[in-house]
Amino acid sequence: MSPTGLGDAAALADGVRSGGVSAAEVLEGYLDRIDAREGEIHAFNLVTAEEARQAARAVDARVAAGEDPGPLAGVPVALKDNLCTRGVATTCSSRILEGWQPPYDATVVTRLAAAGAVAIGKTNMDEFAMGSSTETSATGPTRNPHDTSRVPGGSSGGSAAAVAAGFAPLALGSDTGGSIRQPAALCGVVGLKPTYGTVSRYGLIAFASSLDQIGPFARTVADAALLFDVIGGHDPADSTSLERPAPAITSVLDRGVEGLRVGILSEHLDGAAADVVARTRMAADVLAGSGATVEEVSVPEVKLGLSAYYLIAPGEASSNLARYDGVRYGRRVAAEDTVTMMTQTRSQGFGAEVKRRIMLGTYVLSAGYMDAYYNQALRVRSMIIEGFARAYGTFDVLLGPTAPTTAFALGAKTEDPLAMYLSDVCTIPTNLAGHPAVSVPFGVGDDGLPIGIQILGPALSEGTIMQVATVLEANGGVS
Amino acid sequence: MSTPERLSRDDVAHVAALARLELTEEELERYTGQLAQVLEHAKDVSSLDLSGVAPTAHAMAVVNVLRPDEVRPTLDRAEVLAEAPEVESDRFRVPRILGEAP
Repeated sequence: MSPTGLGDAAALADGVRSGGVSAAEVLEGYLDRIDAREGEIHAFNLVTAEEARQAARAVDARVAAGEDPGPLAGVPVALKDNLCTRGVATTCSSRILEGWQPPYDATVVTRLAAAGAVAIGKTNMDEFAMGSSTETSATGPTRNPHDTSRVPGGSSGGSAAAVAAGFAPLALGSDTGGSIRQPAALCGVVGLKPTYGTVSRYGLIAFASSLDQIGPFARTVADAALLFDVIGGHDPADSTSLERPAPAITSVLDRGVEGLRVGILSEHLDGAAADVVARTRMAADVLAGSGATVEEVSVPEVKLGLSAYYLIAPGEASSNLARYDGVRYGRRVAAEDTVTMMTQTRSQGFGAEVKRRIMLGTYVLSAGYMDAYYNQALRVRSMIIEGFARAYGTFDVLLGPTAPTTAFALGAKTEDPLAMYLSDVCTIPTNLAGHPAVSVPFGVGDDGLPIGIQILGPALSEGTIMQVATVLEANGGVS
Repeated sequence: MSTPERLSRDDVAHVAALARLELTEEELERYTGQLAQVLEHAKDVSSLDLSGVAPTAHAMAVVNVLRPDEVRPTLDRAEVLAEAPEVESDRFRVPRILGEAP
């Protein structure tokens, strides 16, 4: 690997820490690649080149002074544009937050800086993370680096595309119903959705607070683990943060799968494309060949996940997005009185998908319908958790596809919200349960586009699912 | 659990008003169809008898999170107000709020 080539983050950090390469050189290599291809991909809402150069110089100064800048020394990281960055525009790809500069940093942003990482820019996303293709962005769609006529997935499509295109070795996204794993699968990179509460949500602009979780994108499983170890751990600023020591999964990745019990989740094979099912079975064979016991298992409750999610998440979103009223920050459309000002601000500031979800959420929480929809969905959530608990009584991890198909064409599903929602069918149950899951690239489909395999585990099993991902990664090139 | 009637145009107009959203006639028509389709799909959930199942609002529930009641740094006032659309005497300024419909 050349020092500024498409290397892994761990090696880059080692090079910078040892003085073999400067953070400034590493950064320029990535900025050059952004210059060359960002025009056709649109992975970023903002490239913070000057701030990044300053940060890189500071890292180099620390190395020169004999200090250790940290485990991500000089490693460029792209940040989803729903992570607050002090004094740097944070838009959620929405007109309503256009130009807004947060007065504070998200905890993950602070932790990255403390680990020596260099923030390289803010990535495009579906507006307020509502979407599965990055097409609901007010700044226009991101394109899949493997085929620019296809979507990168979403909602963290910009982060996934940035890593896939070599614009940054690492990126952060957020996953509410699959928004890290599905774009990771469609762009052929690794994406981890951690256990709810393991990564602080302080400074993550809220979509559905009981489901949102920040997680890493990387080109390798080891890099994703490294980034997770850096950003994870208790944070008193997030009251839902688990009181646990910082994760340390990097050290357990090479333990293999000998004796591990793997269940192929049959519900997630139903409805998936034939080439995706074939690759999933091939992944199961790889694990069996590596010493795991593999069997098919049914968790019928997960079939209710999609409906439950599209009642719960919009419900929470309708409440969270009530704060965008033109009073304290963001866009305001001037009017004679406050109600008209708020109505005009929201009507002009939000895009179609956000309005759809706000109205759906308002409806399912409204008097007369709350029991039939929202409360009913919360009961289904309990059933899904019980279904998984039953499966994890017999199996250590579950295996399935991350998405039912490879990347679809731009515009293919924008007029049919339900069809778009269905592309999250394999990822949603994990969020409802609060569990971790990782998508790892595993070959390509009939169209030559990447397929991601999803490994699911019970709460706090990040180490185990990443061990499985490591084995698949080592055997995934086989076509 | 009985499933409610199919979502109507009036229902959508009502929730839009509650959510402070103004819709054109064309939008009202389109959203009514799209939202009704999503709720139709949700019948697999809304039609179940789940009276014996407890609801889960948070999968990893953490309760009674307390912190010491002590003075700590807060956001910088000038930095916060600099992001406000309109400010007067260190306060957020809004247009008239009295004498209007709720």
